[in-house]
Amino acid sequence: MIWQALLLQGGYNAALVSIGAALLGASAGAAGAFLTLRRRALMSDAMAHATLPGIGLAFLAMVALGGDGRFLPGLMLGAALTAAAGLWAVQRLARQMHEDAATGAVLASFYGAGIVLLTLIQGLGAGRPAGLETVLLGSTAGMLRADALVIGFGGLAVTCALWALSRPLAMVAFDPLHARMMGVNPRQMDAALMALVLAVVLVGLNVTGLILIVALLVTPAVSARMWSTTVTGTASVSALIGAACGYFGAAISASVPDLPTGPVIVLLAAGVFVLTLLIRGRADG
Amino acid sequence: MQAGAEAALQVQGLTLRYNDVLALDGASATFPSGSMTAIIGPNGAGKSTFLKSVLGLVEAEGQVSAFGGPVAKVMARIAYVPQRAAVDWSFPVRVIDVVLMGCYRKTGLLGRIDRRMTAHAMAALARVGMQDFARRQIGALSGGQQQRVFLARALAQGADLILLDEPFAGVDAATEAAIIGVLKSLRDGGATIIAVHHDLSTVAAYFDRVLLLNRRTVAEGAVAETFTRTALAQAYGPALILDPAA
Repeated sequence: MIWQALLLQGGYNAALVSIGAALLGASAGAAGAFLTLRRRALMSDAMAHATLPGIGLAFLAMVALGGDGRFLPGLMLGAALTAAAGLWAVQRLARQMHEDAATGAVLASFYGAGIVLLTLIQGLGAGRPAGLETVLLGSTAGMLRADALVIGFGGLAVTCALWALSRPLAMVAFDPLHARMMGVNPRQMDAALMALVLAVVLVGLNVTGLILIVALLVTPAVSARMWSTTVTGTASVSALIGAACGYFGAAISASVPDLPTGPVIVLLAAGVFVLTLLIRGRADG
Repeated sequence: MQAGAEAALQVQGLTLRYNDVLALDGASATFPSGSMTAIIGPNGAGKSTFLKSVLGLVEAEGQVSAFGGPVAKVMARIAYVPQRAAVDWSFPVRVIDVVLMGCYRKTGLLGRIDRRMTAHAMAALARVGMQDFARRQIGALSGGQQQRVFLARALAQGADLILLDEPFAGVDAATEAAIIGVLKSLRDGGATIIAVHHDLSTVAAYFDRVLLLNRRTVAEGAVAETFTRTALAQAYGPALILDPAA
């Protein structure tokens, strides 16, 4: 069964889901490369966890409007709004405390609020909340064709945008002062990068889930950095690793009942990292 | 200064407050075109802050004009070489990539690089004697070589006002001589050089002008007239005695 899925013989839908997950993995790998070079990796974790209350609120809003609450674009919109609020909160708090403390505080508070909301929703008996918790760890089993297309094209769009912006993004990460003198606005570039990472998080909600998306952003990037001496090289290798992990993770998860997709993808990425360490790991890194 | 020569950089009453600390207190200075000036002064005198304020990288009060106009208008003509400590040397970037960053304004849409631009960057590297290191990772170079790469980035940019923050920190004597050679040839070609400098013993040999700074301007002018025992005592003396942190 696993071999069938890996070779795209598990049916049209399963193949589409695997390809979609591969494109998501590529976008996460590429975005993660720029994110880690800019030293903002944990910011993406706070952002991802901050999507949860938005998903709960969007569900409630859609049920109130007469739906079953499971319309994916609606859930993504809610997720985007609270993720943006979380990001804003981190930046606002970072004026009073260190950024890592602000990140931790926001991550935990928003996630806690989200869990409370989801628990309330389960007991509400309204709409169709069963399976809403797959946004935590991801599940590609039984994914619809439309969802797979959203994931695939979303991932592709983010990858293209990163390719187009790679020069200014690299300049800001390496030397923000010089970038500014060259007419590149570091604030705008940071905002663009965060928006692209947010897109990865939203698209990845159903695949890796919000808890583990940070691993798909960071792990391929740190592996890739040991294979390349340039920014474009790092981002490309990272995208390749992410794509492979997304593809195989989705295929394996789809063929083993009840195995969430996120952990499988993340374990594959960790495997690549360990392999990289064994081959390329020297004291000077 | 020749009469009628346009000042490359003119600074009037530059003041900057960090919370309650006055980092700069109405510092003023004029840097004539084609001059090479050392900014000297005790630790905490605001030397690096002076450079960053001039460039608008930190928000300070006061008037700054470069080539007779606002600095923002002539950014393309100004280059800044940061302190070594301010750079992440493990960053995955090769020497040629760093120099190409200086060409960003000249490259087309979204900064795509063509063969002509690479040749331009290689020429800049050759001027600082680093052409053989183009494909090395920036962290694999010695301190002096890294400094020369940043100088090449300034050259590739085509800047004729170059600001350097302690270019000789952590650099061996031979490289220091090589860097100063490049800077002097740039000055002789009409460029204006301004460097934060620490080693008082080399001021007279390297520079033709001095700005003595201690939050405000203590003295400025040609080395022969300005770099005097009295002025130095004025700049360094009180700080040494009254420094509350000591």
